[in-house]
Amino acid sequence: MKRPISSSELRFAQRWKSGASVPRRGEKNIAGFSPRQTLGLKAIRIQATSAALKGRLFHGIVKAIAILGFVLSRLDLSSAQVTFERILNSSKEPHNWLTYSGDYSGKRFSALDQINAANAKTLVAKWVYQTGATGKFETTPLVVDGILYATAPDNRAFALDARSGRPIWLYQRQVPSDIRPCCGRVNRGMAILGDKVIFGTLDAHVIALDAKTGAVRWDVEAADYRIGHSFTVAPLAVKNLIIIGVSGGEYGIRGFIDAYDADSGQRKWRFYTVPGPGEPGHDTWGGESWKVGGAPAWNTGTYDPATNQIFWPTGNPAPSNRGAGRVGDNLYSNSLLALNVETGKLNWYLQLTKHDEHDWDATQVPILIDKDGKKLIAQADRNGYFYVIDRTNGKLISATPYGKTTWSDSKDADGRPVANKNASPTLEGHTVCPGALGSTNFMPPTYDPQTGLFYVTSRDQCDIFSTAPQPYEPGHAFYGSAYFPSEEAEPYLGFLKAIDPVTGEIKQKFQHTSPTWSGTLSTAGGLVFSGDAEGNFIAFDASSLKPLWHFQMGGAVYAGPMGYSVDGKEYVAIAAGNAIYAFGLP
Amino acid sequence: MFPGHGGRRSILYSANKAFLKALAMLALPLSMAAQNPFKGDSSAAKAGEYEFRINCALCHGLGAHGGGRGPDLTRAQKKHTHNDAEMFQVISNGIPGTAMPANGTNGQGVGMTETEIWQIITYIRSQEAKAAATSSGDAAHGRELFFGDGNCSMCHMVDGKGGRLGPDLTGVGGSRTREALIDSIRNPSRRLAWGLTEPTKEFPQEYETVTAVTANGKEIKGVAMNEDGFTVQIMDQSEHIHLLQKDKLKSFQKSRESMMPKYEPDTLSDKEVDDIVAFLASLGAK
Repeated sequence: MKRPISSSELRFAQRWKSGASVPRRGEKNIAGFSPRQTLGLKAIRIQATSAALKGRLFHGIVKAIAILGFVLSRLDLSSAQVTFERILNSSKEPHNWLTYSGDYSGKRFSALDQINAANAKTLVAKWVYQTGATGKFETTPLVVDGILYATAPDNRAFALDARSGRPIWLYQRQVPSDIRPCCGRVNRGMAILGDKVIFGTLDAHVIALDAKTGAVRWDVEAADYRIGHSFTVAPLAVKNLIIIGVSGGEYGIRGFIDAYDADSGQRKWRFYTVPGPGEPGHDTWGGESWKVGGAPAWNTGTYDPATNQIFWPTGNPAPSNRGAGRVGDNLYSNSLLALNVETGKLNWYLQLTKHDEHDWDATQVPILIDKDGKKLIAQADRNGYFYVIDRTNGKLISATPYGKTTWSDSKDADGRPVANKNASPTLEGHTVCPGALGSTNFMPPTYDPQTGLFYVTSRDQCDIFSTAPQPYEPGHAFYGSAYFPSEEAEPYLGFLKAIDPVTGEIKQKFQHTSPTWSGTLSTAGGLVFSGDAEGNFIAFDASSLKPLWHFQMGGAVYAGPMGYSVDGKEYVAIAAGNAIYAFGLP
Repeated sequence: MFPGHGGRRSILYSANKAFLKALAMLALPLSMAAQNPFKGDSSAAKAGEYEFRINCALCHGLGAHGGGRGPDLTRAQKKHTHNDAEMFQVISNGIPGTAMPANGTNGQGVGMTETEIWQIITYIRSQEAKAAATSSGDAAHGRELFFGDGNCSMCHMVDGKGGRLGPDLTGVGGSRTREALIDSIRNPSRRLAWGLTEPTKEFPQEYETVTAVTANGKEIKGVAMNEDGFTVQIMDQSEHIHLLQKDKLKSFQKSRESMMPKYEPDTLSDKEVDDIVAFLASLGAK
């Protein structure tokens, strides 16, 4: 149900675009040469040649200058376009936050330092924006030149004045009544490219909205939501492509990663994360199990311009907790994939959990780190291991536990942890650590180039896994086993951990009152920001992880923070409860 | 249809869909018309057992015998439902004011289809026949002990009478097994009252023992009513509520050792414990 529109929002009512509206395909880019601009140029010529009298000439010149100014100001809009080059060089504009993780490397690091360890204790809330949505609020906002863009539960998207939190436009697409998305009606954010913001919907559409008005520019149905497909991921814009991965590992979908042309919405490629007959890896699925193999791709990957590759992580094989029907490694579930961004061709893969039976999606942001001349990827995986990978070839360098794990006591020739015999679910139930929620989950980690540390939210919880075979039925839950917290392991513990990405050593940790789903942000001000399950937003000293400041937001955090500045004033923003909060110095 | 799985269930499912469709055509509200299409069907009960494990066992325990969070559903008499149709409503919509969520709203997992809910109900009904015998204790004597020599009411309330330091036990007889109640009396620290994990958590309700020492050296010992990283709300043994900022304290310690004394057989005999449990059970059956 939509919330009632308040009187102060009435003037935006006309801009509240219904998802039922017809997409305006192929509409001209507003900052290109529109008919209005051509008219403006013509007017100058007419005025200049027809002026006979000095006064009229003077008047004409004044008018021409005014019009020219108008035209130039219109043309100048093109500089406000978010081009691929701008995202590529996002470090040159630290006041903006142009992509889910802040930049293509996935570091979620803000180079702003006005808010720092010395003054963080004076932070205050600058504004709050209530979305009216309910349920887990997982979005990371984008900010471009003073405008904040974000998504919210139930297919909402909106743009706000990033100084005041006042809405500029609101969009909501009707959620079908027969939809049952797993894990909440969530969305983690959008991509911006050109003059459009692009996001995926719970009913598996990819929608491009006009960044200025929220009007639908194109709308593509990527897959059928009725058999369990949905989008919850923030897409990644690379070159002229919008990369997006599907959700639905709990329904026995066949996972995929898509690339769409940003101008037209035309699909350019699709990479199925479960290989079909005749494709390499197909033989890692027993019988016909590949058809319902899952392997969704529901968290945002990263991009390496040097090799023109995207690194995209994948999720659990289906059924998520029962391996009996799918003998084999089940490629490319729970893997890190390196794909050519233009063709979607697989360059290499590294499967982090083989033949998973514990719902340990590898869907964590793979952070690109250059250290001591090495080109690395660091990924804190849901299975409890911190993986360091050579991104030039996909070879594993190290896998080190960073949380409580009991499922593996050996490694294979590649150095990957291998499940021990006792790790599989049993009928009577069997305790395994980490539990199904994992040592971490989708909450974004951060890498701080100043401290050289990788920060991640982690959870120590063990679950009892008990088999519960379910037949595949299209659109139905397809887990194959039950899991619930093991009493012996209570209480569950939650941490913010700082890991040395070279050695995997835990350098610092902060224990929360209970496990949190908040992501993290590091800043050049020597700070790490994160939230807790009790609703606090916290600024930590990046070296000691001592809390320097906190604010009670009144709702649990399920999102990653981000930073921006407007008019030279730095802000840190986060989604919590049903609202977006922005903080700054008094 | 994925070959090799569930052919039989598929037929059942189709039959059920036809049934529901027929209902829809009669335009009867589901709540009025709903009857369990699988009543007494043992294969549906088996499918329901697995669905129960996935969706319900977190609180109600494997085998539906109740857990630390949810009632024992093998008891024939339920507090909130009297028939299958009401049970369907409770599973679909939850029970406001309790930890029982509406189907599909806890933010984790997919939720259940109508077919799956009916299978679960069929499973629960199939378990009721095997329900454990109720307590043989003397409820009237149990009441005397509860409010008298047992000292239970110093910390626990029943029907508005008693203390506040421990959980109100008015409804506990309807939501916990006899074994769980006996265990809670004999080994109170083995399982503190279990809180709910996120996202349904508002209060931890775990009755952890906390000891805080203020800046001027005053010790406050009690149970945590709520807590976050920076503040704690404590009820002390005199039922005073203290609202404290952790960074202003000299020390702050939490313990999973319950403030409730461990009742050994020399304090309360097995018969006396049985009587108290019978008293609590008699309340829950109201």
